[in-house]
Amino acid sequence: MTVQATTALTSPGRSFRGSFKLGDFALRAGAALTLVFLFLPIAVIIVFSFNKPAGKFNYTWQGFTLENWAHPFKYPALANALKLSLNVAAVSTAIALVLGTLVAVALVRQRFRGRTAVDTFMVLPLTSPEVVMGASLLTLFLSMGWATGYVTVLLAHVAFEISFIAMTVRARIRGFDWTLEDASLDLGASPLRTFLKVTLPLIVPGIIAAAMLSFALSLDDFIITYFVSGSTVTYPLYVNAATKAAVPPQINVLATAILVISLVLLAVGTLYRRKRIDTA
Amino acid sequence: MAGVAGSTRERSRIAPYLMILPALAYLGIFYVVPFFSLFRTSLSTMGGSVYLPKLTFAWEFGNYARALSEYREQILRSFGYAFCATVLCLLLAFPLAYVIAFKAGRFKNLLLGLVILPFFVTFLIRTIAWKTILADNGWVVSALGSVGLLPQEGRLLSTGAAVIGGLTYNWIIFMILPLYVSLEKIDPRLLEASRDLYGTNRRMFGKVILPLALPGVLAGSLLVFIPSVGDFINADYLGSTKTTMIGNVIQKQFLVIKDYPVAAAMSFILMALILVGVLLYTRALGTEDLV
Repeated sequence: MTVQATTALTSPGRSFRGSFKLGDFALRAGAALTLVFLFLPIAVIIVFSFNKPAGKFNYTWQGFTLENWAHPFKYPALANALKLSLNVAAVSTAIALVLGTLVAVALVRQRFRGRTAVDTFMVLPLTSPEVVMGASLLTLFLSMGWATGYVTVLLAHVAFEISFIAMTVRARIRGFDWTLEDASLDLGASPLRTFLKVTLPLIVPGIIAAAMLSFALSLDDFIITYFVSGSTVTYPLYVNAATKAAVPPQINVLATAILVISLVLLAVGTLYRRKRIDTA
Repeated sequence: MAGVAGSTRERSRIAPYLMILPALAYLGIFYVVPFFSLFRTSLSTMGGSVYLPKLTFAWEFGNYARALSEYREQILRSFGYAFCATVLCLLLAFPLAYVIAFKAGRFKNLLLGLVILPFFVTFLIRTIAWKTILADNGWVVSALGSVGLLPQEGRLLSTGAAVIGGLTYNWIIFMILPLYVSLEKIDPRLLEASRDLYGTNRRMFGKVILPLALPGVLAGSLLVFIPSVGDFINADYLGSTKTTMIGNVIQKQFLVIKDYPVAAAMSFILMALILVGVLLYTRALGTEDLV
């Protein structure tokens, strides 16, 4: 998803003159409707982070309060679950990044027998339903007699992240002018200097995009984690358990906070890139 | 193509294999082997006690027959719901992707950012928010009720429509982005040419825009359909016992009832149906447009 988004964000704007006179209004209205559809639940989440719920469930509006925002980590189990999820996301992304990037670079830069087969194979995990991946990993762990917990969650997350990373990096570095490396070497730069000054700057944006995607996917994963977690509780697992027992408004507070932080990071990244393009 | 092949200087016979080996080994152990393990389980018989189940491999195809006969309703429902969600995604995503690609001007990047933004909120929390919106005493139900548009049961939550709506919402991003990318690639000169050659707007749409947007439509459909057909969260949160899908059955059989052979057979039926579709797709269009 972010592959598309980032290529989209960096591609030059293009528009053409003239438009469908009749369908124009309908199109714009349809687009606006879809945007409303997209943001309706988000608005509800933000509004309900200020709710003063009467019972255990934060489902109906009772009254405005800032209490939830004053104590976002009131429930230690929620805070711990979030911490654990951040930990799993960071560690699994680091491992998957190494494995996935190597494959991506090999697929783009090298010609070798079986390249097409590897290419297709890397796509398969993306097209397997999560419930089947979770179930199959569980049967493996059961048959090996492994206790499910932190390690099995980590192993499962790396397994689904590798393909996302390989495909994201591949999409971003395909079509680069690799003769720049030859030019650098021909002009007398050492291989190390060539790698640092030419190759790395070319592939780093792709790696960063892939890492962000992988981190986000790991943080959000529920289905696969549900199968292989044992008694380990990640953030989505905490939220799921909460829907059966009690949904504290702090869930909305943290969701809103994560949304705002992502938004700020996105804005900073965009501004930074724009500044670099301007000064270049 | 010289660029793709890389410079001759670093071309080596083993280098690419060394680069792909770690990932392939990892996926071999944690993706391929689990599938064999699942396959074995699906053909096993289960003995022992509930607490200490013992699986014996026995080419027990009866598990598949049992899964197909006991859960035929859920299988058909899953494919029906996923199909509806995919069509809804396409209908909702196309105008938005089209407007962003051709009419947004300098607001293009802002709109793309806005489209992605909701997906920074955890999937489960977004679905809980829909529960609030569609609640029996919520404003949507009362608004629809007052104009007489409410379905017969008088509620939205716990209906098949709510589940399809949830599936549509949670995966529409996978439709918007591929559609946008394929629309954005269209050379404006083709549209000018169509107009210069006296093509009507309708013909331009049917003969130029739609065919060129087709890879995006197909990729988006696949990316929406696959997670939808295997999902159990939307049916669990927004549906009722009358709206259970394959995912609910697999989840329940695996984690609650612990009838592993039937659960595994169910997973394989789902997987096989999807895999056939994906292979046909990649054969026809390649993997390039998928991600």
